Amino acid sequence: MKGLTVSDLAISFGSRQVVSIDELSLGHAEIVGLAGESGSGKSMTTLAILGLAHTVGATVSGSITLDGQELTGLPQERLREIRGSRIAAIFQSPSTAFNPVYRVGTLVTRALRLHGATKSEAPERAAEAMRQVLLSPDLMRRYPSQLSGGQLQRVAIALAVALRAEILLADEPTSALDVTVQAEVLDLLRDLRESVGMSILFISHDLAVVAELCDRVAVMREGLIVEQGQASQVLSAPANPYTAELLESVPKLASAT
Amino acid sequence: MIQTPAITPPRAGVALRRGLAGNPLLTVGGALVLLIVLVAIFAPLIAPVPGDAGTATHPFEVLKAPSASHWFGTDQVGRDIFSRVLFGARVSPVIAIIVLAIACLIGIPLGVAAGFLGGWVDEVIMRVTDVFLAFPPLLLALALAAVLPASLTSLTIAIAAVWWPWYVRLIRGQAASVAGRPYVEACRALGISRLRIIFRHILPNSITPVLVQVSLDVGGVILTASALSFLGLGAQDPVPDWGLMVAEGQSYFTPDWWLVTFPGLAILLTAFAFNLLGDGLRDLLDPKRSFLP
Repeated sequence: MKGLTVSDLAISFGSRQVVSIDELSLGHAEIVGLAGESGSGKSMTTLAILGLAHTVGATVSGSITLDGQELTGLPQERLREIRGSRIAAIFQSPSTAFNPVYRVGTLVTRALRLHGATKSEAPERAAEAMRQVLLSPDLMRRYPSQLSGGQLQRVAIALAVALRAEILLADEPTSALDVTVQAEVLDLLRDLRESVGMSILFISHDLAVVAELCDRVAVMREGLIVEQGQASQVLSAPANPYTAELLESVPKLASAT
Repeated sequence: MIQTPAITPPRAGVALRRGLAGNPLLTVGGALVLLIVLVAIFAPLIAPVPGDAGTATHPFEVLKAPSASHWFGTDQVGRDIFSRVLFGARVSPVIAIIVLAIACLIGIPLGVAAGFLGGWVDEVIMRVTDVFLAFPPLLLALALAAVLPASLTSLTIAIAAVWWPWYVRLIRGQAASVAGRPYVEACRALGISRLRIIFRHILPNSITPVLVQVSLDVGGVILTASALSFLGLGAQDPVPDWGLMVAEGQSYFTPDWWLVTFPGLAILLTAFAFNLLGDGLRDLLDPKRSFLP
């Protein structure tokens, strides 16, 4: 099956289970929202998909497949090849997601080189990706501290584009940005889905943003998916009381519907 | 396309010059250190009586007060103290550099491993380090130097053996804090190997305090080495070690004060110079104040 599927996923710290997902899928060129309050297990789920849950001391069981290939249980060596080149991630706070001692261009080209780009090819691909996210390639000469949060988040997305990742895990990518910049980043994600067919798992606690961007949405609470379905349907006529409660807490959206 | 003004970061040379201009500590400290290095290199050319750094004796020149012919006077066997102090720049500072190089070679890898890997690796490394830290450093160095034959090599080994644990502590804290930063997580998410993360991301971001500590410690090591030489555990006559010269001169202190005073001033000046340099470097490398990586 094309895309990413998660089934019977259980993430636990010791004997305490924190996430339990029966079924979550992300098809080709689809944007799926993963919504829920803080601590509901959204970020742990992304870490598990990246095969990095063990770095925070968690254990994972169940199945995660990418285009039919099982990822759980793969040795770290193989997972390292998949991370970055096929599954990329962008994070909440772009200003801290870049090592401050290198120019952003150095970081981008180095990541490309590690995933197989040749020495002459890497800078070209990086520049091309920068244009694709509407940034001047000149910005690659700057240090992270010399770019704004929005610009850095675009660079992070450009890196995912340059690496030709099929899946983008976006963990609260707009929460640290102001509203206008947030809108630009959302537009960009939508464009990428259209132009390169990128599939995006969009994690957010902001239902207004989820409603605007996503095709489907899954609502998480205390590690469980309480409701899942077409975004328009879930958000206009929630079947689960918790979803309704979440929606209540977004005053603008509630008055609009 | 979003237009951006063409700001480019200053080149390293430019940034360095700017840093120096606004940083008198660094300028003065650097100049003094440079002076000491030059003296060490050109000692045979500057010293009025180069032979006095060795076994030469001048029975008719014994214990002469400072004068035009002997700026710093002469010692109990008639050697020119000025020449010996100049040659001394080849002894203590070199010991300090070797000691600190050893301390870094041991301390940095262990500290980074403990801080980045965490878990039981951290526990084992830090507990062993704590055992070393539990002894008063000077006493431990003294004990080691007493066991080893008295020579400059033993002295260096003894001091290095008590110096490295401080570096493990220092860099472990830094590495642990850097290991938790989002860009390290981003590296993992990009499929970058642990070794690469350590060398490209953890080390460059945790090395600054170590560089500063090294320059501050040069003075400390020189004082420790001088103390051990003073106690007869390091340099042996006729090596023109400043600590040894102070030790041998003390019985002549009244009335022949110059035997002790000038080597003592050399120690003071060197420790002071490296301390200034260290303070200046700390200001220069503070990421909040400069663009220099």
